[in-house]
Amino acid sequence: MTTRHDNELVAEEDAGREELTAAAVTIGRRGLLRAAALGSLGVGVLGALTETLAAAAEPATTTPSGPVKQWCMIIDLRLCNGCKVCTTACQTAHYLHEDQTWMNVYTMTNAAGENYFMPRPCQMCEDPACVPVCPVGANFRTPEGLTLVDQSKCIGTRICMNACPYDARYFNWSDPVPAPRQPFKQEPEWPVPQVKGTVGKCIDCAAMLPTGQLPECVTNCPMGVLYFGDLTSDAAVNGMGATIKISTYLAENDAMVFKEEYGTHPRVYYIPGHGQDLNNNPSA
Amino acid sequence: MTDVIISNEGREQSAPQNADLRAAALRPVLETPRWWWPSVIVLTVLVLGGIAAWVYQVANGLGTAGYNDGAFWAIYEANLVTFIGVSYGGAVVSAILRLTHAAWRAPLTRIAEATALVTLPIGMVFIIPHLGDPSRIWELVWPPYWNLTSPILWDFFAVSTYLLATIVFFYLPLVPDAAIALETLEGEVPSTRVTVRKTLYRVLVGRFGGTPYEHRRLNGAIGLIAIMIIPMAVSVHSVLSFAFASSSRPGYMETILPVYFVVAALYSGVALVVLTVAASRKLFHLEAFVTPRHFVRLGFLMIAFGAAYLYLTFTEYLIDGYSGTAGASAWVYQIVAGRYAIPFWLYFVAGGIAPLFIMMFKRLRTTGGVVVASLLVVAALWIKRLVIVIPPATEPLVNSPLAKGGVLAGNWGTYHFTWVPISITVAATAAIPLLLLVVFRFFPILSVSEIEELAEEHGTQEVGA
Repeated sequence: MTTRHDNELVAEEDAGREELTAAAVTIGRRGLLRAAALGSLGVGVLGALTETLAAAAEPATTTPSGPVKQWCMIIDLRLCNGCKVCTTACQTAHYLHEDQTWMNVYTMTNAAGENYFMPRPCQMCEDPACVPVCPVGANFRTPEGLTLVDQSKCIGTRICMNACPYDARYFNWSDPVPAPRQPFKQEPEWPVPQVKGTVGKCIDCAAMLPTGQLPECVTNCPMGVLYFGDLTSDAAVNGMGATIKISTYLAENDAMVFKEEYGTHPRVYYIPGHGQDLNNNPSA
Repeated sequence: MTDVIISNEGREQSAPQNADLRAAALRPVLETPRWWWPSVIVLTVLVLGGIAAWVYQVANGLGTAGYNDGAFWAIYEANLVTFIGVSYGGAVVSAILRLTHAAWRAPLTRIAEATALVTLPIGMVFIIPHLGDPSRIWELVWPPYWNLTSPILWDFFAVSTYLLATIVFFYLPLVPDAAIALETLEGEVPSTRVTVRKTLYRVLVGRFGGTPYEHRRLNGAIGLIAIMIIPMAVSVHSVLSFAFASSSRPGYMETILPVYFVVAALYSGVALVVLTVAASRKLFHLEAFVTPRHFVRLGFLMIAFGAAYLYLTFTEYLIDGYSGTAGASAWVYQIVAGRYAIPFWLYFVAGGIAPLFIMMFKRLRTTGGVVVASLLVVAALWIKRLVIVIPPATEPLVNSPLAKGGVLAGNWGTYHFTWVPISITVAATAAIPLLLLVVFRFFPILSVSEIEELAEEHGTQEVGA
């Protein structure tokens, strides 16, 4: 999957960067998907030779335009109204069952007894608890910092569901929702349709990122709660078109990570604002 | 037994020749009681029913077994632990009693080892319905796929090694018995059954000639395996517990879990040996060799483990409930006073207190009493395994119970029992007697050579022979 990323990064790098900074999804999303699909086809026609050359020409850790992106998400809890549009958008895009809430919005209660809402995507931990426990190595972390599941390897032991402290993993207990032909092939970066008897989870819409698109939840959030960005360029953008400098934004707004004491080093940063105690968790 | 085919000089002169013993050991091999075929057919039907349920599950997904994202581990994982656990009886009765030179073990060892030999593979089979996609189970045995940091893989290695040791431990003491059986069968009227058994015994005996030197070497090997199998047995259940404990999940992340698992396995293992010994004694008329005293001794051994298990349960819940984290407290409260209270207290009364009570009083401490106690232990320990596996898997980790306003609050997941796992569990339970009937159809039910040897050393009174 790295070669695919590399190729598309070569092609889409500039467009992707512009979009991230300009923050407006100016090109029609579907159009871009189609273009990307055609691009992949083209690569396919040129054959493995091009891919091999491209892979050989570039060290695995860098792309022509700089270091590998390090994706992260910033969630501004002050803005979330609990509408769950993100959940629906995610489930529509990935053809998930209703209870497969890869992007789950929890209704929490703060110390004053008031409710607030907390979206919970995969935390994309730097030290994920789910990866080492898999007996067949079906979980892995990409160079861009995304933890993904290879559903062609997964045998369904569910020990990763046991390990994840964020309840972020969802099993396919029955046949998956049927999906039409997808712009990407079924792979860890785009596990659509899901595979019965294997584990699925939020992928930060990994296959769309190289094309310069934001994850579905971020694009569709009507409140601008979710920011998606790259730690190496220190910029993130939300679905409303606002761009932030990550380091400044996190520092100024007292950002925190969920269950920091677990040492998982999540790459999802929460901006609190309701007096909530994010670390009031069951096993702290 | 006057004509000795196998040269056995040193031993034959002094060892008591016990024709009754030899006949009794081979009776299940040579005779077909009236109940045999009907039992085998009924048990086979039950096993096939379980297989059919599994096929249905494969076709329709694990959801048909009552699983959901709020209860990702449940009955199959509990069964895996339970069935591998009961195989410990073989290791204990045979290996520990052998190493402590307890002569009374002799009439029980073959039955105990056969029970281990049969229950361990049944437990291992539960890996298959447990998996979401069993068609890729080969990845577990194909090294390129191995991820050595995974506790499940450690389990797989540990249990496989233990299975190998169990087979060897069943085989080695069988060698001199097969020689004796071969000798006994020479006098039988030739028939297919006799010919097949003779071929089998010849293979088992190999080049073992029964000389004192060979007996010494064989006993040395058995002693070595007996020593090796104890740490192996301990490691199997410890590693099995790692699959649960190597996580941050409240209720699983317990340092006490490995010890807890091992003691539970010993407890239920001895209980199952009591049951198989009692059933064999009744069905194959071994009353002359297996005496009420054997049951009382096994009963004492059992409740020693039972008391240890009660103690571990108490310390675990007390400490986690008293000073545990929010999640751990919630888990303890759910077990002792919440949604899991009924199965937990069922275990406590039936599997914790009642067996102690039965063994405490001389009037209850009869063969029947010990059998009842063992039945209670085996059943209650299965329920206890469900109580170990299910509650932590259903605890919500994000919206913590305390954040929702109390230890019993929060959106706990629910496991729904369905006919699929129940059929499979019944099938696995039926497979124990079924496979034992088959095993004793081929192998002597009593460890003849061991009994004769120990009777010679300690007197028939002590051995029970």
